[in-house]
Amino acid sequence: MKIYADNAATTRMSRTAIDAMLPYLDEIYGNPSSLYAEGQRAKEVIEAARKDIAQIINADPREIIFTSGGSEADNQAILSAAAIGQKAGKRHIISTAIEHHAVLHTLNKLEKLGFEITLLPVHENGIVRIDELKAAIREDTCLVTVMFANNEIGTIQPIKEIGEICRARKVLFHTDAVQAVGHVPVDVAAYHIDLLSASAHKFHGAKGVGFLYAKKGIRLSSLIEGGAQERGRRAGTENVAGISAMAAALKEAVSNMETSAARLTAIRSRLIEGLSEIPHSALNGDREKRLPSNVSFCFEGIEGEALLLLLDDKGIAASSGSACTSGSLDPSHVLLAIGRVHDVAHGSLRLTLGEETTDEEVEYIIQEVKDVVQYLRSFSPVWRDLNSGKIQHIL
Amino acid sequence: MALYSDKVMDHFRNPRNVGVIEDADGVGEVGNAKCGDIMKMYLKIDDDIITDVKFETFGCGSAIASSSMATELIKGKPVSEAMTLTNKAVAEALDGLPDYKMHCSVLAEEAIQNALEDYYTKNPDQRPQQTEK
Repeated sequence: MKIYADNAATTRMSRTAIDAMLPYLDEIYGNPSSLYAEGQRAKEVIEAARKDIAQIINADPREIIFTSGGSEADNQAILSAAAIGQKAGKRHIISTAIEHHAVLHTLNKLEKLGFEITLLPVHENGIVRIDELKAAIREDTCLVTVMFANNEIGTIQPIKEIGEICRARKVLFHTDAVQAVGHVPVDVAAYHIDLLSASAHKFHGAKGVGFLYAKKGIRLSSLIEGGAQERGRRAGTENVAGISAMAAALKEAVSNMETSAARLTAIRSRLIEGLSEIPHSALNGDREKRLPSNVSFCFEGIEGEALLLLLDDKGIAASSGSACTSGSLDPSHVLLAIGRVHDVAHGSLRLTLGEETTDEEVEYIIQEVKDVVQYLRSFSPVWRDLNSGKIQHIL
Repeated sequence: MALYSDKVMDHFRNPRNVGVIEDADGVGEVGNAKCGDIMKMYLKIDDDIITDVKFETFGCGSAIASSSMATELIKGKPVSEAMTLTNKAVAEALDGLPDYKMHCSVLAEEAIQNALEDYYTKNPDQRPQQTEK
């Protein structure tokens, strides 16, 4: 059996998206900036895609700019908001401890430039507390950036409430919605979102393309200087094929969203229930307020990379927040932020399901994870010490 | 290209000498769970020969493979030879490890050193005389 359970890392392109892409790699290869017919046809598809995407998130087409993906959109949104704040003498930014590195590393950069950064804690359920956000906002706060849904533990933040507070306090609000767009409803107007980042390959589009929504009136700084593409806010010849595929993929994802989310939520519950039968294990993040596709667990006494390699042998592609999978010595900052100690955070497993995941596959995953965890524990000195009472169980 | 060599994967999938020796002559444990690797080595020593060796490991694929390979390299060998086993020898026997995984082979070397130290502590008469430098 071959099971792809790493849809938060990337997704397979849908047939619809591939079909929407191919003509722009082949016969309609013109440069959208060219005056002649071939160029203008390419221009038309970009503008049609912009309109479709804007409509889906309830924005104006002029508020969408195409980027190389979620990381670029995050960088541009945050650096732009910081530049706007700087002009007004505001140099304080609020974010969370569980953001993607595209956000955290950009904030680190700003900190070195003299900005002050407050990272809100997320507590055990992996969700920020509104009262703590309210308390953190200051006179000189220029930006609040809180991810829509977390990539590791899948928790969904109270975006609408955050948006309302930011709007009332006149602070710009950016959300990294890379894991959310195409999977859960996103409405920039209703949620009072000023800036939003998205990435096509997370919703069955192509890699290397994404978009940034910036509410009208927000002046974006360019990260890439050059031509006047994207109304001067993002130079470089547009990724026409990728943009066309992204719009097609998003339209399809949104039209299937309701049925797909309901089904995924049901199989997610079964997977959580099955893995919970493993002794001394725990689900990471809130059980309900999480992406329909995300299941994240910690298992005591084992290490995540070994678990992933053995699951790969069983045909299951998954991921882990273990240090050993990242090449760093520290396990995932997200798992540490929800209070998992290092020893336990090393033994993490993330399974992210897709529309094509079957009930049968879920049962297979449960059985194989149980077997592999038991096997690795059978020769783990940590597990021995936990069982003999030499050290205390945490989970 | 795969992350690990075929040899690493072989020793990871089918680790040799896994387990515990209840009446071991020397036991060594290195690493800590905080860093994600713990290795425990059990040695049975008879007439200066390592007659049996077992290991338990909490860690990644290369940590498990390094432990397994290290046990193979010292099993049946004189203590003096096990004393000089280096992490490089373990890594080489595995057809190499990725740079950021070399510390796994270091742990294997240290676990054996610790187990031998434990043996000498329990059997001081067996400790070789300090040679002059």
